Amino acid sequence: MPEEKAALTLDREINSVLATDCGSTTTKAILIERVGDEYRLIVRGEAPTTVEAPFEDVTAGARNAIREVEELTGKTFLDEAGVITPRRPDGSGVDIYMSTSSAGGGLQMMVAGVVKTMTAESAARAALGAGAIVMDVISVDDGRKPHEKIQRIRQLRPDMILLSGGIDGGTITHVVEIAELISAAEPKPRLGIGYNLPVIYAGNKDARPHIKSSLSKKVDLRMTDNLRPVLEREVLGPAREEIHNLFMEHVMAQAPGYNKLMAWTPIPIMPTPGAVGICMQTASKEYDLSVIGVDIGGATTDVFSVFGEYFNRTVSANLGMSYSICNVLLETGVANIMRWIPFDINEGDLRNRIRNKMIRPTTIPQTLDDLIIEQAISREALRLAFIHHKSLAVGLRGVHKQRTIGDTFEQTGSGESYIDMMDLGLLIGSGGVLSHAPRRAQAAMMMLDAFQPEGLTMLAVDSIFMMPQLGILSTVHPKASMQVFDRDCLIKLGSAIAPAGPNGSAKDGDPCVKVELEVDGQKIVEEVPYGSMKLVPLEDGKRAKAIIHPSRQFDVGKGFGHTLETTVTGGVVGLTIDARGRVFNVPEDTSQRNKKLVEWFTAMNLYPAELLKKYAQV
Amino acid sequence: MAHAYTPGLKVTERAVIRKTRRLPLLGEVLVEQGKAVSPDTIVARTDIPGNPQTVNVANSLGVEPEDIAEFMKVKTGGSIKKGEIMAEYRSFFGLFKHTVTAPVDGVVEMVSTVTGQVTLREPPIPIQVDAYIDGIVEEVLPKEGVVIRTEGAFIQGIFGVGGETQGVIRVAVDSPDDVLEETHIKPEDKGKVIVGGSLVTASAIQKAGEVGALGIVAGGIIDTDLIAYLGHDIGVAITGHEDVPVTVIITEGFGKMRMAHRTFGLLKNLQGFKASINGATQIRAGVMRPEIIVAGYQPKEAAQEHDLSQGLVPGTPLRIIREPYFGQLAEVVDLPPELQVIETEAHVRILRAKLADGTIVTVPRANVEIIEA
Repeated sequence: MPEEKAALTLDREINSVLATDCGSTTTKAILIERVGDEYRLIVRGEAPTTVEAPFEDVTAGARNAIREVEELTGKTFLDEAGVITPRRPDGSGVDIYMSTSSAGGGLQMMVAGVVKTMTAESAARAALGAGAIVMDVISVDDGRKPHEKIQRIRQLRPDMILLSGGIDGGTITHVVEIAELISAAEPKPRLGIGYNLPVIYAGNKDARPHIKSSLSKKVDLRMTDNLRPVLEREVLGPAREEIHNLFMEHVMAQAPGYNKLMAWTPIPIMPTPGAVGICMQTASKEYDLSVIGVDIGGATTDVFSVFGEYFNRTVSANLGMSYSICNVLLETGVANIMRWIPFDINEGDLRNRIRNKMIRPTTIPQTLDDLIIEQAISREALRLAFIHHKSLAVGLRGVHKQRTIGDTFEQTGSGESYIDMMDLGLLIGSGGVLSHAPRRAQAAMMMLDAFQPEGLTMLAVDSIFMMPQLGILSTVHPKASMQVFDRDCLIKLGSAIAPAGPNGSAKDGDPCVKVELEVDGQKIVEEVPYGSMKLVPLEDGKRAKAIIHPSRQFDVGKGFGHTLETTVTGGVVGLTIDARGRVFNVPEDTSQRNKKLVEWFTAMNLYPAELLKKYAQV
Repeated sequence: MAHAYTPGLKVTERAVIRKTRRLPLLGEVLVEQGKAVSPDTIVARTDIPGNPQTVNVANSLGVEPEDIAEFMKVKTGGSIKKGEIMAEYRSFFGLFKHTVTAPVDGVVEMVSTVTGQVTLREPPIPIQVDAYIDGIVEEVLPKEGVVIRTEGAFIQGIFGVGGETQGVIRVAVDSPDDVLEETHIKPEDKGKVIVGGSLVTASAIQKAGEVGALGIVAGGIIDTDLIAYLGHDIGVAITGHEDVPVTVIITEGFGKMRMAHRTFGLLKNLQGFKASINGATQIRAGVMRPEIIVAGYQPKEAAQEHDLSQGLVPGTPLRIIREPYFGQLAEVVDLPPELQVIETEAHVRILRAKLADGTIVTVPRANVEIIEA
């Protein structure tokens, strides 16, 4: 975001902040105030988003959400012009207001580059990191014939295109070829009939005159620094900034009511996932931990990771728990969903249930069977989204080390994954199925099953999905943002110890891990055999010294068979010892699998005991 | 939030219906405000740019890209017919001749001296938008389209496939519990919209296509039958563009599900009337449900309407839309304001409802939809 705007808002002391996130279905408002020496969440309000007919004005939903905050606090934050800023002597208004948005489909982009695994991949990373959904990636070597590419570009109606290709001073032919395909396709924007589609060119600077002559008459062409000025470096910052500028100028300006909303705040409206990414990066820095965050929604699942200086975001546009739930079924297959269900269910019945959830997306499970089915589907959606993430969270391919500045990273070279599950310190889940699971242990288990963290990892969920608001707040007031994040946003479920292995063969019941804990001066020893799980009570806020002894076939971060001395943290679930091994798979035989699932679910106190007994008898 | 229930699908014998008919690109509106239109009246038209064809002339001629302009027989902006010589290169004092012919009729749009590509643009493709329903042009959206207003019967389905079409309604079964089978479909159903009860089978859909029926309306469908009909699975709930002979509209959901009495009764009353139907469904931002419209339908007597302005109140008729009472019709008995714990242990807002057999059940408010009049 522009520096001058940030400076402008910090000229005065900030004691109260109102922030909204205009989501595709719900607009959420939070009020943050300084209480003594720290910033805390005071209340939240929500209302249906009003971008669609009959309202077609996003501010109506924002006003409704803020009105709920007014009702809950008894204060006034709105007048006819919008949010009252700064706070007035009579107590009305707030010091600063800001908003994020993903309403109306969020930011939808197409990206193009010369080589699929090089400049096109860099363009995809730039777009995803800026908070976009990438509709397609076009490259010279993507296997499609020119007319197929043209056809595809014509079909898509993105909000903007990011075009990259070539290193500065290198050959211009290929990137011009892609520009000519775009020119031939004459793509039109999704919003604003009659407007020219914005195209950002971030490729070889020597090709600019040719790009201009190909495209400038047909699209709204913007030039920015090359994403790959040299092969060994990726510079994503300028392109991302241009994406954010165009998001404000073009996409938001065309969306109903956004001109009014933009006038309410001095801070540019940010795409929701872009803000969540900033929040994750701030959290990683603050806690000095590697972080993976996931937001599983109705239509999409976003995965964020911060490992060292490397930040990556991916969005799996068609993996979700309602609108896209049938796509989860399509991609993973019914057998993969059924492997998480500890009772027999007719396949046709399961398929029909999933379809009916798609067409009636706002319904909730009423029976435990239905809840278990929904949580089984979510494990698969999360697992697939994480696989997708790992495929993109990689170093620059085929080059030596080094990336640069800001959001650019040092490279590991040769497309190696940045994701090191043993190094992962914090795994954050967000989205209804995780945040609103009736028992918090269910959220912990879904994340353990889908992500399979190794070693020692803290598990947490976002209580009310306020990471977007905290992300945008962190751009102007990182301290307030992180205080609220730590105290009010994150619900800590507790540490999980999960030995990797076995290194060789092992069978159920073989020794796996012994954990010695010292809690409040009391010593506890837990031995958990391979293939089992154990939940150790450890309250939220408590910390315990832990000496973790993996058996020689297992590793908790110090090498196979080597002891780790560390501190574990409690949470609302407790300390989980997951000795199922990594990577673990559920048994293929149905009766064995059901038995094993019931055993794990019982160990984790996942569902009512009488229900699990019933499943065990079956 | 203020309303923790699904508003429900409209099933009404008399409603004011407005349809916005919009071009994909700016163009020309062909009708004036106040004009009466029928479904096939063209209300707006435009030309979208023709398909482009790229030809790598430099490669074909064996010359450098920067030199191709001098070998072009047709300059930028010039027209050319399919098979005509577009570029020619003679080498060795004219001894060897290399030519490139136009693959299509078109205009030379671009000659790139960087890539050696030539882009030919085929003639513009005319796009027309019809009125889709009988009605009056209420508003003209300059260069974009029109809003058409009509009054008549309006039924929304829950899910559909296939696009807009029109046909006369025929109810092919006796009760909303009946399954629409292949045997119900007759040769005289050509051009018709056939109504079934609780389910439409795969063979019935196939037969409908064979006889030339244009639409099917039924309570439910088996998901594998739908996949077989489409030839592919559906991942996300965005439909309407399928290339299928029969538009299929489902009113209740997947599986065998009795069609709501109200819906079935209204469709029976509409038998013999011409309907405009559309299977397009979009269950994301901008929710769109499939629809059946009978413009100009005048009910013989006014049906009893429920006042829905208060949302859910005791007596409101509703349909339960999730297990364990999925598909059952009920009536609100009681709306406790406090959150209640349900079997899943979730704390949610619930209601108590009386089922058709008199049983009182507890249901999360999120799992009901009001049967709207």
